[in-house]
Formats: sequence, C-alpha cells, structure tokens
Amino acid sequence: MKLPPMRLSDLPYKTPATVVEVEDAADSDPIARRLRDLGFVHGEPVRVVAHGPFRRDPLLVQVGFTRFALRRAEAQRVRVTPDAA
Amino acid sequence: MTAMENVLHIALVGNPNSGKTALFNRLTGSRQKVANYAGVTVERKEGRYTSPTGRSVRVLDLPGTYSLNATSPDEAVTRDVCMGRFEGETRPDLLVCVADATNLRLHLRFVLELQRLGLPMVLALNMCDAAAKRGIRIDVEALQAGLGMPVIETVAIRHRGTSELVRRLDGPLPPPTAMPVAPGADLHAEVSRLLATAVTVPRRTARIDDALDRFFLHPVFGLAILSVLMFFMFQAVFAWAAPLMDGLDAGVSAVGAMLANVVPPGLLHSLLIDGLIAGVGSVVVFLPQILILFLFILFLEESGYLPRAAFLLDRLMVGAGLTGRSFIPLLSSFACAVPGIMAARTIQDPRDRLATILVAPLMTCSARLPVYALLIAAFIPKQQVLGAFNLQGLVLFGLYFSGIVGALVVAWVMKKIRKDQNEHALLLELPSYRMPNPIDIAIGLWERAMIFLRRVGTIILSLTVLLWLMSSFPAPPDGATGAPIDYSFAGIIGHAIQPLFAPLGFGWEICVALVPGMAAREVAVSALATVYALSSTGDDAAGQLLPIIAGQWSLPTALSLLAWYVFAPQCVSTLAVIRRETESWRTVALAAGYLFGLAYLASMLTYQIARLLT
Repeated sequence: MKLPPMRLSDLPYKTPATVVEVEDAADSDPIARRLRDLGFVHGEPVRVVAHGPFRRDPLLVQVGFTRFALRRAEAQRVRVTPDAA
Repeated sequence: MTAMENVLHIALVGNPNSGKTALFNRLTGSRQKVANYAGVTVERKEGRYTSPTGRSVRVLDLPGTYSLNATSPDEAVTRDVCMGRFEGETRPDLLVCVADATNLRLHLRFVLELQRLGLPMVLALNMCDAAAKRGIRIDVEALQAGLGMPVIETVAIRHRGTSELVRRLDGPLPPPTAMPVAPGADLHAEVSRLLATAVTVPRRTARIDDALDRFFLHPVFGLAILSVLMFFMFQAVFAWAAPLMDGLDAGVSAVGAMLANVVPPGLLHSLLIDGLIAGVGSVVVFLPQILILFLFILFLEESGYLPRAAFLLDRLMVGAGLTGRSFIPLLSSFACAVPGIMAARTIQDPRDRLATILVAPLMTCSARLPVYALLIAAFIPKQQVLGAFNLQGLVLFGLYFSGIVGALVVAWVMKKIRKDQNEHALLLELPSYRMPNPIDIAIGLWERAMIFLRRVGTIILSLTVLLWLMSSFPAPPDGATGAPIDYSFAGIIGHAIQPLFAPLGFGWEICVALVPGMAAREVAVSALATVYALSSTGDDAAGQLLPIIAGQWSLPTALSLLAWYVFAPQCVSTLAVIRRETESWRTVALAAGYLFGLAYLASMLTYQIARLLT
C-alpha cells in the first residue's frame, strides 16, 4: 500500500517517512538547495523526533545520521511519503 | 610551493561539528594566531607546527562548512580559500578534510564535493573512538580505495590521537584523486555507494543522544533545565566575578596610590592616575566577567547544548526579528554588553548577528545599577504598594523591564524596515552530546581574553584618556570659584548642550557629568560628585551626593535621568566592542544614534508627563 505524499511540516511525530523531493519556494531557492545538500534527497528516510515548545516550532528532524532543527517554513519545502506500517 | 621556502601550507576543512577545531588545537597547540579575514568579520585561525623531519607546517583552520554553495560569509571564505581566489591568502598545498566518523552520511558528501577542486587531499576520520563505541565499523582500506585518497583515523581529543596524521603529512603529498565524481553526477548516490561498501552502522543515532534529547528538548522539562542553567550561569557571573573584579579594582587603585606618592601633584600626576591608570582599570575590570561568562558559553557550545537552547527558544525570538541563537548573547548582556556582543559570534547569519549586537546594549547591564541605586534611593520613597511590594524594588524592576521591551520593539522595527526581507533559514544541526575537552576550553578562553585586551582594550584606553583630557583642560583660571571641571572642555560642552537637554529636565550639572560619564555608566556617579565639587569622589561619593541631589533636583528630573540611562549608550566600551565585532564605524554610529535618540525621546516623555502629574 502506498500512502499519498505530504509535507514534512505535517508529518506526525515519530512517524517514519521517506523523502520524495524538496520543492523550491521561489526561483533558485537557496534554502531548498541547502536542504538537498544536507541530505534531504529522494529515498532518504526521515522522522520528526521533537518539536519546539512554542507553537510546536521548530521541528527536529532526523535525516541520515544527523538531526536538524527546521522552522516550519523550511520543513514545508520537503515532500515526504509516510512509510506503510 | 617553491623549493626555496620549505613551508607546507595545509588547510583543515570540513562540516561544522566535525571536531575540526579540536584537531587544529591538537596539531598546533598554543602556536595559534586568531585574527579576521581581510574585509570580513569572519574569524581566521592559523597555527604552525614542525613535522618530525623538521619541516615547517602552517595550518589554516577554515570555517566549518556544509557545502561549497555558500550561504553565509564564513562559508564563502572557506570556498574562496579552497579555490585559491581569496585575495591575500595562499591556496593551500593540501586539504585535510575532517569528517566525523559517526556522521559520514552527511560529511562524505562535502568530501566528494571538495575532491572536484583537484587539490591533494587526505581525509581525517575524526572521532573514531566514538564511532567504535557505537559499534560503527569502518573499513578504512575500502573507503580509501573508493575515495581515491588517503584516509587516516584520528581522535582529536586524545593526546596522541593525531600522530598518524602528522606522520602521513610528513611524507610526499598524495596526488589529487584521478577520478572525482563527475560534475552533475549525484553526490548523495555516491555517498550511499561508499557507505554500503565500507561502513556498517548498527543504529543511526546514539542511544545516549536520544535519551538526553528526550529530557533537554522536552517542552516542559527542557525549558525548566534551560532556566536553571541560565540562572546558575548568571549567578556565577555576578557572584564569582564580583570578588575578582573588586580585587582587580583594588590592585589598580593600589598601583595608582603608589604612583601618586612618587609623582608630584600636577598635570603628569593627573594624567597618570586619573587618565591612564583609571583607563587601564576600566578595561581589566571586565576581564573576570568575560572569562567566567565564556567559560560557560564554551562549555555549553562544546558539549552540544548551545544549539539545543537555540532550538527551544527560536520561536520566541523569531517573533521579535531575532533567532534562537540570540538568546545567550542577550542574556549575557545583563551582566555586561561587552561579553554579550562578543558572544554574538556564535550566530553565523550576519543579519541575525547584527540585529542581536544592536539590541544587546538595551539589556540592563550591571554598570547601570550604581546610577539606578543612587537615584532610586534619593527620590523613590521606601513604601509598600499593593500590600506586598516595595516601591523602590518595583521601580528597579520597571527599569529592567523597559530595557527588555525596548529591545524587543527595536528588533521588531528593524525586522520591518531592513532592506533584506528574505527568509533566512534556521537549518540548525543538533550534534551529538560530547564531554568538553579542558584544553580546548582553555585555548578558547585564552583567545577571548586576548581579543578583548588587545583589540577592545586599546580603543577603550585611548577613549578614556581622551575623556580625561576633555575633563582636565583647560585648567580653571586663577581665582576661579566653581569646580575645575566646569572650566574644562567637558564643562564647556556640558554647558553648550544644556539647552538641548532642557526639555528633558537636565540642569547643566547633569549635562557636564554626562560627558566624562561616557567612559562608563557608573562613572556618572563620581562625575556628578566632581561637578558638585565634593571633596570625596571615591566610594562614599554616592553617600555624599544623595542629600545634595535629593534637595536640588525635582522628581521629574530624576525620573527623566533614570529613563535616560535605560537607553543611552553611556559606555565607550560597548561602542568599542561593536566596532571591533562588526569592523564598521557605520554600525557604531547607527547603534549610538538610535540609542541616543531613544534615550532622548524616553527622557523627554518621562519628564513632561511627570511634570504634568506632579
């Protein structure tokens, strides 16, 4: 069963997922480019492992062996598919 | 490299949190020079060591970088130096790529990107001990073959952990790899291929990190721990620094007194004691606070906690146009804006850093307390309000609170009016927790102390002497009756600006005291004592001043002066450190200008409203 893609910012806490792609928010978006450099690329497993205490922002995302804090606007650029249980 | 000068230029380059600086410290020990790269406020660290065969090796510790697609000035420096197009920097003969052995998925991508530059390279596989502990097995031979460059295991935090690297660098340079990943090819896919052949990882994260993060990043416990830590840090800065500062103060005074006995009274006497010694004193007295504060900050940074604090507070700070990383510098500024502004170095993004530096002087530093204490004691009655609160305490709280609100408003306004309205990313890596290495912390402290004494100290000292000159010359004419300062340039300026300050309720006495009071806020008390020609300008100056100002000033004037001190940049040290940290007189002018403007406005409003009400 394949689940529909969603945005990383909407991914429920601790749900394993796989990166589909990073979308540019504008033409030649440096933040999207940096996200790709940091390992947000197709097929990479990701998980939201914590939220900031205020308005659940920023998100702490595990990608590869690394954890990155992403603000919601940054996480919105990443499209993911939740892994089927 | 020419055969004539047998110096090998190497550069350490790698991702942030790869243990690059620890490796640099281990290689070069105390033979380091810290400065800035020409034209940018990016820290440049160079050191040297002599190889076993007697070759001199110069090591450049390049700023930590994720990618050659630079997104900040420090990343641009790394890119330009590696490409040999940074003016005034020699292109390195060899790059030592530093990668964290526990974080190869991220770090190897940058190694592959650097390989395309065609420089001789070696890979230092750092923190191999931590990787082994986590059960990560790395087949060094296979990795070496896959990358086409020498791979050397290092443990930068251990004494002999770099000897293998030093030995390899002593031999002939390895040739640049014959087969870099083709331009356009996917580096991530190549990393995955390398990992599959050379690395086995039982678990993607360290158990200890997961466990600690559950605590430290918890919405409730996390904030509670942060509050306790910050409270402890703040206490330590005040409690531990105070005796040291008093000791330094006493030492400086003792030297002054000794000189006073030797040098006959007169101009030289005054220059030495009131100018130079007082100037040196006003510089070194900051040192204990700076060292203690940076001891904490370095410990928090090295242990990996600092980015966690930024994570917890980012949302709050973003609302005001700052970033999570602004928190520590701003909190430090409650002790003193000088170390606070220096601590803003931990903010990579130049726009966020500038915003933090500009609002840091609004935090109520400890030097404002003597002024507040004098005025509150003289004008605010000791009475209870609403049953439980002391009116004097409430006023003091109000002053602190005004500073914070002022900073938030200023940061927010700056966010609205600045030209660069682009989205700036957080994209903050939370590294593994680590036990800080005492030697690395000691080296970090030493660097901060030197930067402060050498760079900031010289500006502070010269400005203090200048203020002394202005307060001492010209000397009063024979038969003059007023206080000598009244006839000096400071006096003349004070009298001249008095009409400007009349709407604020400041008499000429206050205006004259404001001039030497630029040296430091607490100097205002002794400067007032000088203006009122008190016999004593020492410790009991406040005691003698109290009845005088209580009798002569009106309440609106006192409140207005309090409001002035919440905002006014009455501190050359702060302006000097802003100059040093931003390398820009324009920023200094901007900071001083807006602070004076704000102070003027606040004082005028306070004075006029208080006059209507009383």
